[in-house]
Amino acid sequence: MLLARLTEANGAPGQEHEVRDLIRAEVEPYAHVVKTDALGNLFAIKNPQAPGPKVMIAAHMDEVALMIVGIDKDGYLKFRPIGGVDPRILVAKTVVVGKKKTPGVIGSKPIHLQRPEEREKPFTIQEMVIDIGAKSKEEAEKLVKLGDIAYFTTAYEELAGGRIKAKALDDRVGCALAIRLLQEEVSFPLIAAFTVQEEVGLRGAGVAAYQVEPDLALVLEGTTASDVPGTDEHRQATSLGEGPAITVMDRSVIPHPQLVQELFALAAEKGIKVQARRSTAGGTDAGQIQLSKTGVKVAVISVPCRYIHSPAAVMCKDDFEGAYQLVKHYLARLEERAGLS
Amino acid sequence: MDVKQVFRTLSEAPGVSGYEHNLVELIKQGCPWADEVRTDKLGNLIMLKRGQGPEPRPKVMLAAHMDEIGLIITDIEKEGFLRFSTIGGFDQRVLLAQEVVVHGRQGALSGVIGAKPPHIQAPGEQSKAVKMEDLFIDAGFAGREEAEQFVQIGDLVTIKRPVTELQGSFLAGKAFDDRAGVAAILECFQVLSTVAHQADVYGVATVQEEVGLRGAVTSTYGIVPDIGIAIDVGFGDSPGLPETDTIKLSQGPGIAIGPHVHPKLHNRMVEVAKEWNISYSLDPSPYPGGTDAYAMQVARAGVATILLSIPLRYMHTPVETLDYQDIKSTGRLMAMFIAGLDHEFVEGLTCF
Repeated sequence: MLLARLTEANGAPGQEHEVRDLIRAEVEPYAHVVKTDALGNLFAIKNPQAPGPKVMIAAHMDEVALMIVGIDKDGYLKFRPIGGVDPRILVAKTVVVGKKKTPGVIGSKPIHLQRPEEREKPFTIQEMVIDIGAKSKEEAEKLVKLGDIAYFTTAYEELAGGRIKAKALDDRVGCALAIRLLQEEVSFPLIAAFTVQEEVGLRGAGVAAYQVEPDLALVLEGTTASDVPGTDEHRQATSLGEGPAITVMDRSVIPHPQLVQELFALAAEKGIKVQARRSTAGGTDAGQIQLSKTGVKVAVISVPCRYIHSPAAVMCKDDFEGAYQLVKHYLARLEERAGLS
Repeated sequence: MDVKQVFRTLSEAPGVSGYEHNLVELIKQGCPWADEVRTDKLGNLIMLKRGQGPEPRPKVMLAAHMDEIGLIITDIEKEGFLRFSTIGGFDQRVLLAQEVVVHGRQGALSGVIGAKPPHIQAPGEQSKAVKMEDLFIDAGFAGREEAEQFVQIGDLVTIKRPVTELQGSFLAGKAFDDRAGVAAILECFQVLSTVAHQADVYGVATVQEEVGLRGAVTSTYGIVPDIGIAIDVGFGDSPGLPETDTIKLSQGPGIAIGPHVHPKLHNRMVEVAKEWNISYSLDPSPYPGGTDAYAMQVARAGVATILLSIPLRYMHTPVETLDYQDIKSTGRLMAMFIAGLDHEFVEGLTCF
């Protein structure tokens, strides 16, 4: 299954090669041109020379991860997050480190040796280490070097209720959507941009949009779902099972209002359940794409995912399908409008 | 029989305190060396390997608990989320973002332990640990009705964590406390199948240690051993822990010394280790509670007991880490100790 392979592949910001190779193999049968740029963005282009609107669909390949920044004398690895990681989710997890995928664990002090008040305070990044079972610095250095990346080891799995659990759903879910959408028959130029380094400041998207010069860009994301206990209803950014979320505004972008309205109207017309993203926090590649050159019309369509940026996120398969249907119908609408069909 | 493989299987199997029954068959299959196997009323698994000496033979009991700490469902929310409490001592901080298995009425279900996302937390909340009562299990249910078809209050939950092979013979996983001790008993039996020994050996996988050493109480009463050896895990050297509180991994078992250890057993165990060139650490234990040795010692008219500790990092977390060689050497040390036992030594244990 595509999403399983995509989420189980590893790709920290700047080190997206495993994901890129996987996507490249997937898109080659459907694209006229497949190319990469200086940052590692991957482009799969249909109908590069055709008339009509130039439409870009974008999803980022990178995921949050940990970078090794030190190896101590006993062979333990010190690390820092790349991208936004709440340090509290790291304790007692397994990881794989570096090219050799050396297994390791992030351990913690046994409860028996703690004072009760210690349990109220989270472990800090500074005090946590990865234990690969090396007995010395020298032994560890044979397997791991500074700058190596540690990834979570979560397997893709189907849960009850049509939900799935996986790591890196942000934004492999967008990658999976873009791969599928590229299989649609369209006559206008359609460019799927699989971007790099979103998690460290939307770095790849701006460069990508500069080259593509789209008339219109749809950013496909996995966004935070906060429909969980302890969250007031009015603060739940998105909810699982309520369909894909359409962004009205976030920290990085105010998507084109007309485009947003068209998407809502199209969803209603086609009977696709959608929800507005009800939070202005967070940012996406759309923020960079919108500001490219003289400006680009953008919209953001997201699949709600609980517990993003943690080892195990949860999403609803129906929401994924809804996002696919919505964008598919939108591409068909563009085709009609351009008088191409 | 590859005991290491048995150990891996045991680690991954569920067996929260009071619900150890899934483990019994797995341990039996992993112990072809026993002459007799039975369970008692609490569910302790007792494996007897008879000695070759004339009757009445000395009786040695080896006890390691097979139960693990876990979670229990306490409520099902309207939205389908499952609330839980703990069975045994969990640090609330290790539970966040952990994968779990919910043992529901129609079988096992996978889930994730969640909490509200960081972006809607009040400023400063990230500097506090997420409290146990704010955690929940998300098994994918869209609502209470759907959840109730699969899960009921009181269902048990275990951590989902396949055994990970680290460097050398290091392994990481859940429930090494104290399936490591059970594996050491199996290793001991395997060695004993190749050497002569006078004593009858009762290998016991005890129940309910994590909630108060309960299985050891009834099993010791039933067996009436002359010598009781508890095998449990001890705090392994790890970052942030003072050397004085820990024993080093890869250096064999810790041989305890303290109120729950009979001095003659301690001395003999050290002698045996030296004689057979088995590395060990001295493990001073001023606080005697917390292992089956504590319960065995005061069974009936009293039992001479000793505790061997397998060094374990990150105890009571889902990434407990040990060196499998330490399990092997613990098994071998016990076997050599048993092989050297005779009536004279056993009688001496009551002479102070």
